[in-house]
Amino acid sequence: MDFLNAIILLLNYIFVPALAYGSQLAIGAIFVTLIYGILRFANFATGDMMSFGTMVAILFTWYFQSLGLSLGFLPTALLAIPFAILFMGLYMLVIDKFVFKYYRLNKSPPVQLAMVSIGVMFVTQAVVRIIIGPSDRRFFDGEKFLIRANEFKEMTGLNEGLAIKSTQVITIVATIILVSTLFWFLNKTKTGKSMRAYSDNEDLALLSGIDPKRIVMITWMIAAILATIGGVLYGLDKSFKPFTYFNNMLPIFAAAIVGGIGNPFGAFLGGYVIAFSEILLTYAYKKFFMYVLPESMEPDGLIQLLSTDYKFAVSFSILVIVLLYRPSGIFKGKIL
Amino acid sequence: MRKNLNVIAAYSIMMGLIILVGIFQSWNIALSIFNLCLISAVMTMGANIQWGYAGLINFGIMGFTALGGLAAVLISVNPVQEAWSAGGTNILLSLFLIIGIVLAVRFVLKRYQKSKIRNYVIAAIIISGIIIIRLVSEPGIEAIEEVNPARTGFLGGLGLPIIFSWIVGAFFAGGLAFVIGKVALGLRADYLAIATLLISEIVIAIIKHEDWLTRGVKNVIGLKRPAPYEVNLQETEWFINLVEKFNSGKLALISDLSERQAALNQFVIEGSSVFVKLCYSGLFLVVVIILLILTQKALYSPWGRMMRAIRDNEEAANAMGKNVVKQHLLIFVLGSAIVGIAGAMLVTQDGLFTPGSYRPLRYTFLIWVMVIVGGSGNNFGAILGGFVVWFLWIEAAPIGLYLVNLTTAGLEDTHFLKVHLIESVPYFRFLMMGIGLLLIMRYRPKGILPEKIEIK
Repeated sequence: MDFLNAIILLLNYIFVPALAYGSQLAIGAIFVTLIYGILRFANFATGDMMSFGTMVAILFTWYFQSLGLSLGFLPTALLAIPFAILFMGLYMLVIDKFVFKYYRLNKSPPVQLAMVSIGVMFVTQAVVRIIIGPSDRRFFDGEKFLIRANEFKEMTGLNEGLAIKSTQVITIVATIILVSTLFWFLNKTKTGKSMRAYSDNEDLALLSGIDPKRIVMITWMIAAILATIGGVLYGLDKSFKPFTYFNNMLPIFAAAIVGGIGNPFGAFLGGYVIAFSEILLTYAYKKFFMYVLPESMEPDGLIQLLSTDYKFAVSFSILVIVLLYRPSGIFKGKIL
Repeated sequence: MRKNLNVIAAYSIMMGLIILVGIFQSWNIALSIFNLCLISAVMTMGANIQWGYAGLINFGIMGFTALGGLAAVLISVNPVQEAWSAGGTNILLSLFLIIGIVLAVRFVLKRYQKSKIRNYVIAAIIISGIIIIRLVSEPGIEAIEEVNPARTGFLGGLGLPIIFSWIVGAFFAGGLAFVIGKVALGLRADYLAIATLLISEIVIAIIKHEDWLTRGVKNVIGLKRPAPYEVNLQETEWFINLVEKFNSGKLALISDLSERQAALNQFVIEGSSVFVKLCYSGLFLVVVIILLILTQKALYSPWGRMMRAIRDNEEAANAMGKNVVKQHLLIFVLGSAIVGIAGAMLVTQDGLFTPGSYRPLRYTFLIWVMVIVGGSGNNFGAILGGFVVWFLWIEAAPIGLYLVNLTTAGLEDTHFLKVHLIESVPYFRFLMMGIGLLLIMRYRPKGILPEKIEIK
């Protein structure tokens, strides 16, 4: 019985939250890696693009709420996602036309494009803050929990409760659907294959008659889908604040590089690697050992490897270690 | 003279703008802008050495700035004797243990061939070392943080004049840069950017949460000053006389004696804060000029030529027998050390150390905007970039407000759009920076004052 309790404890505090957080990071990391693989630059505007998409989704959510539309137990924001994706895609295409296209045609070095993306970051940040303001916003509605902790306790008769938030389930389901569709698209369809070819060898792809304009446009559209959905899922699960989104860029980069930049599958797994290591290393295992060990060996301290303050630092350290020992990432990067 | 005309023109315009702020807003604001412009100029010189001379991307400027600030605290704050006696020995012991671990790892690395066993041994040394250090330091840290937590709760510093911290800050930042450079400089440009960005976040996380060393988010306030205090100045005879002399024209207009005294008092209060800021300006100006002379000398020396050769074609320089790795490391350390000086200067000016205020947008990306806008590779350009961008960063809000009022003049004051726009005026600075950076990158990619190399 104690053993079961210990497992539920880990599930509740580590596995479920890490899985949800990892999914959110994974979507962002695929976004980064896709831009890096096809457009060939590190996009420092990642977090702010996600916050732009989320902002549009929030505005639509408010509009639908004022109309009285809702999805019952699901959050209204899901209804707003398609509209937000449209706006996000439009925004990205406008930015590409006025900013990135020039450097792409001039074949500027990646560093210059990265600098330009910093300019885009500033502008996007300003746009988001001017439209919706810098404050913390919650836009979740509908049923909050799928299973509540005390319901679970009553159901099973265990000491430890397992609470599953509906946003966590939505995040995981949406990620599975989104990522499997994306991989199917990249691996099975002609367009997806031509994208991979373009990423692998640009000149060869051009010779075989692949239209670079089309590839770039499709990449931005996919990026818009990923950015919006990733941002909305994070905002539903936690809350929307432009500054947090900007900061999320860092673990997302870490995930993309740990997985091997340019490799979407690596980025997908990288998200979970980062999320799980962050939570595993900063969780206090005292209660877990109280269940597992006999009473005489109970620990005194919290048995916490690192204090929770260092949550971000964990993922960055992992990244630094990976960069030093295997710069191409866990899965060989730079093939799409 | 002729060929430096654009430099002179650009700087005169900049000075004119600051003087205009002094006339129309107040001299206090103008001087605080000027001081921060000088500090920004030091930071941009550091970044410019790395990016402009050698083509190294350092997105970790925030971390080096914070280390400089930490130096200011550790140098100037008086030592907290009780904290030292409570947990000092544990902390010192941990320090020796860290050194011991580093030496042990070095020994294993040097002594044995590369193999799986060696990796495991190193991992075992590090992990067991960390566990021992935690066991040793934990009681010490707890004891230190319990000493009068509302006022101290940390070890304090050395109690020296804060000016020394400018040099120590450079050493701190340079030391960190040496470690980072040793491990990360081999990475490709954009990886290096991301790695330094993340490492600087780690540095900030440590400064924020190691309360025994830095007081963390509780902040250290009331640091010593290299300049006199306003309150003391206001009571000093010669200062009051000086202010009286300066404002004699205005004072002569007031006939009533008590009113005249009140007006004088007002002038003294204003004058004292202007005077203190002027003291800082003088100190900062000395630093900027010394650094400028040194960097200009370096730029035109054989060493500077070699750096440019390495930047423009690494392989060719390598083939000519230049040690690219060593030079990269050297310049990374030098540039970061300069940023460290700026960090210490910043904390000196503010008189307080707030780890929570170090954010990448302000301390990394803004500095990069300054370098790019000003002109990378050209020291005068980098300094000008610091001035222009900081000036706009501060003055963006008034300019934004003016623009909003102009464009929404037709709307009523209570119209929701106007109210909303006026509320979001502070964020116009981001917009301005972004658009400015994009325009410069597109139409003048070498910056306002482009790099100009002539053989002297």
